[in-house]
Amino acid sequence: MRKIYLDHASSMPVDPRILDFAGPFLKSGFGNSSSLHSMGLEAKRVIEDAREKVARLINAENEDCIIFTGGATESNNLAIKGTALRNIGKGKKVAASAIEHISVLNSMKELLKSGFELGIIPVDSTGIVDIERINAILTKDTTLTSIMYANNEIGTIEPIREISEAVHEKSLYLHVDATAAAGRIPIDVQKDAIDLLTLSSNDMYGPQGAGALYIKPGVKLQPILLGGGQERGLRSGTENIFAILGMGEAAKIMKNEMKQENERVKEIRDKLVEEILKIEEAYLTGHPSQRLPNHASFRFSRIEGESILLNMDMKYNMQVSTGSACSSKTLEPSHVLLAIGLKHEEAHGSMVLTLGRSNNIGEIPLISKAAKETVERLRELSPL
Amino acid sequence: MAQIGYSKKVLDHFTNPRNVGVIDAPDGHGKVGNPVCGDLMEIFIKVKDDIITDIKFRTFGCGSAIATSSMVTEMAKGMHVDEALKITRNDVADELEGLPPKKMHCSNLASDALHEAVKDYKGKMGNKL
Repeated sequence: MRKIYLDHASSMPVDPRILDFAGPFLKSGFGNSSSLHSMGLEAKRVIEDAREKVARLINAENEDCIIFTGGATESNNLAIKGTALRNIGKGKKVAASAIEHISVLNSMKELLKSGFELGIIPVDSTGIVDIERINAILTKDTTLTSIMYANNEIGTIEPIREISEAVHEKSLYLHVDATAAAGRIPIDVQKDAIDLLTLSSNDMYGPQGAGALYIKPGVKLQPILLGGGQERGLRSGTENIFAILGMGEAAKIMKNEMKQENERVKEIRDKLVEEILKIEEAYLTGHPSQRLPNHASFRFSRIEGESILLNMDMKYNMQVSTGSACSSKTLEPSHVLLAIGLKHEEAHGSMVLTLGRSNNIGEIPLISKAAKETVERLRELSPL
Repeated sequence: MAQIGYSKKVLDHFTNPRNVGVIDAPDGHGKVGNPVCGDLMEIFIKVKDDIITDIKFRTFGCGSAIATSSMVTEMAKGMHVDEALKITRNDVADELEGLPPKKMHCSNLASDALHEAVKDYKGKMGNKL
């Protein structure tokens, strides 16, 4: 049975063009960008080239606004802890939406130990941040607010420009986690007045092990990794050149092909949603229209998500994701599904499909048939 | 190496569960778990001369919840009710060639459901005497 991969939000295959581009460097060997000999200078040159490509994807003021990190988790840690601690004299409050990635929420919780206060901004049943509540929760002591561009579990795209205006009325800096959004919707950090923005290589078909943090000129933060002072002193450690080159090329390809590819996957996604919602007691989670073009997320009554995942994998060779407790490390259902108001027993029955380049329109009947049969089979087993 | 994912036997019982269904007018019925926690299972037994002659289950839950339910019905079929009461969660996990550590408690309620069914049967017998 041919594999149908539907979990691009978790991991993406590396674009073969990126391997062609960065592979030769890996084979011939890199210099260390801190070395002054010719190999070192060449390493520095290719990193700067990658930095420029990433800057262009989000319309950053210039390439120096981009810091390469080890991934989105590290970028989120640096953005949050780095700015909160550096600006501690201006206040000891931070805030985040209730549906942020766990690396954002846990970085903020870590700050509680240093005497910070944390404000959690609720979302509505479609996952949109409550702008009224931003005004109520933020104070002049709030130095950093973190709101994601789009959510990886329910696909909802936040109204970042409005949020940015509301945040900047009260708070010093806005950090935006654009891991799920980058390359799927156009991002302009200048127009949206974003102070810090997180990007991930692998979420753009780049190699794992690289991420980036955009830092607006003038924004003050301190490093969390100390050492040789690479990346303007904000991220010490010898650069992961292969992954960085790959990320740069990934950003370039995403920028060039975004519009066309998104129209293609959106057509597949829309038909898929239409078909899957024909299943009895199937519901879309997240926003019906303000959502990532490759993202479809559902919940089904009376069945459990890990069973859905296993059944889709074992019986149909289709890889999907779930926010069920049983597939998490904490044994709690997804905080995102709880934040949009689902009850525990509802949140257990979720299935997330994230499409990518490998998917095609011919797969729609196969996927919807597999989903229907999976739900029916598990309901036959269920006493509910 | 630590166990990663489910054993072949768990996946077999998940994919092809044995003894699924309901027994009308069962001699014993046990139900444990809670949909809020993500697992709910029920077991029905038919008993003749204290021997479990038929057994069925229905389960809402994850892969290991379904596999342990299926496994425990296979283990208990043909067994004396007193022996069935001695089947532990670990026995079920062992028969399945192990469960991932975090699944040992939350999704391994099948033996509890069996015990409840046997106790229900014994209660009914007691009432008859």
